[in-house]
Amino acid sequence: MSDTAPAIVCSNVSIRYMIGDFKNIGLKEWVMHRLTGRYHVEEFWADRNITFSLDRGDMLGIVGSNGAGKSTLLKVVSGIMEPTLGSVKRRGRVSALLELASGFDADLTVKENAYLRGAMLGYTRKFMDETYPYIISFSGLEAFADRPFKQLSSGMKSRLAFAIASLVKPEILILDEVLAVGDGAFREKSEKKMREILGSGATTILVSHSLGQIRALCNKVLWLEKGEQIVFSDDVAGVCDSYEEFLRSPAGTKAQFDPGKIAAKRAAAKAEAERQAAERRRQEEERRRKAAEAAAELARLRADSAKLAEVRRILKGGGR
Amino acid sequence: MKDFLSVWRRHKFLFEELVKRDFKKKYKRTLLGVGWSVMMPLLTLLVMKVVFEQFFGRNMEHYTTYLFCGNLLFCWFGEATNAGMRSLYGNASIFTKVNVPKYLFLFSGNVQTLINFILTLCVFFAFCAIDGVSFTWKFLLLAYPVATMLVFIMGVGLILSALYMFFRDLDYLWSVFLQLLMYGSAIFYTIDKMPAKAQFVFACNPVYRHIAYFREIVLSGTVPSLGTHIVLAGFAVAAYATGAWMYRRYNTRFLYYV
Repeated sequence: MSDTAPAIVCSNVSIRYMIGDFKNIGLKEWVMHRLTGRYHVEEFWADRNITFSLDRGDMLGIVGSNGAGKSTLLKVVSGIMEPTLGSVKRRGRVSALLELASGFDADLTVKENAYLRGAMLGYTRKFMDETYPYIISFSGLEAFADRPFKQLSSGMKSRLAFAIASLVKPEILILDEVLAVGDGAFREKSEKKMREILGSGATTILVSHSLGQIRALCNKVLWLEKGEQIVFSDDVAGVCDSYEEFLRSPAGTKAQFDPGKIAAKRAAAKAEAERQAAERRRQEEERRRKAAEAAAELARLRADSAKLAEVRRILKGGGR
Repeated sequence: MKDFLSVWRRHKFLFEELVKRDFKKKYKRTLLGVGWSVMMPLLTLLVMKVVFEQFFGRNMEHYTTYLFCGNLLFCWFGEATNAGMRSLYGNASIFTKVNVPKYLFLFSGNVQTLINFILTLCVFFAFCAIDGVSFTWKFLLLAYPVATMLVFIMGVGLILSALYMFFRDLDYLWSVFLQLLMYGSAIFYTIDKMPAKAQFVFACNPVYRHIAYFREIVLSGTVPSLGTHIVLAGFAVAAYATGAWMYRRYNTRFLYYV
């Protein structure tokens, strides 16, 4: 494994879901379906022809509106699902943190859940024994350690989930909307922790609806819309800009990334800024000029009034 | 084999935690919980004993032990397959988010029912002593049908849990089938006076074959034939291979059916 080889290569990945009358049915319905032929199964392509490759240490942000196929793509990249077409190649240990707060067991205690989750994420018992005090204090649940999980608030649950998950030291990290959870103080703590993980050099894929996060953290970006790949690019700011514009535009607008348009827009914005600066400079000059004139006028008036006083004094003296 | 060991090493911790979870959930942290699951086969045994001895007037020697042999194994099979059937579906929220071997959920449940069985087995030996059965070294051979039954149960569990993902009404059918199986496993009657054809049907019933092995050792004090050993192993391997094949085939497709 050479260091220059890409960490993830996702080539022409398409994922098809079947939807319709085959889920949650019994043998009875199935037989009836077969006999009468009256059932309806539809194909649904969650993702179509997604292609990208990431080098080691790359951080990819995935953007797209709801139902764009982001989470499905993450499931395929992390190996939970197989692509219907295409292939995904990974180099290194993958750790996927998907929908963190779910998958806990309501009847177990906080501690038991913590261990179970740790085991699911592939930690060892020794590691959990060592880090459990840290997990509990990081999530601020010291008082709840032996309570059943169902007594916790949803914020507490996601705090615990985050505290456990953030211990990963994977080579490839896959995150689905898990950055920064909880209330103010915890959000700050978790963001700091997240930056630490992201700074550790793991190849990271991040799905987030916060474009701020993506702009701040990612060096590559993938934009999906209705399962189609709009663009994969390293122009993070440009793609984020045009995605934002797409979000603001009326429904039905075609999603597209036009680097030329973005560049032109940026140039126009720059020119506008320069024009405003020049205007400000001109106004400043004007103000200074006026101030100087006023000062000169004031000096002149002062001189005049001194002269006047002198004249009055002379006249007074002469009249005596 | 090396593969198996590395998988086991990697997932040992998860497996242990799953076993613990199943245990805690089942018994709700009470000692009485464990007691109840041992009581259940005993109560069934009591009912059968009263019904068949008092009403049907069965009076063979060691009838209680005879009944218990059948009940012991049948209850294990029924409990383990019922729990196993739901093991995959019940853990859907986990395997749709984390990439873990899916059979771990079934096997952790199997550990639980195995422990239950072993506890009941201890009670069984106590009953044997009370009933005046003479213990011999041959009792050690009982480990063999326990082992083949365990693998057979795992195999049936794999098959059922996979099918249950596709057909959610399987549990009704299975409980009907278990009833049929109970009547067809000669738990409370003997088959030696039946015609050869009927006896052949019983010979094809894996649960009956295991029960018969137990009875032969415990009641007759003889060692079953080599053929019986092979047949028991054959049932286990066939069930397990079928189940493993299904899991391999549908491994990445289960989550479409959640």
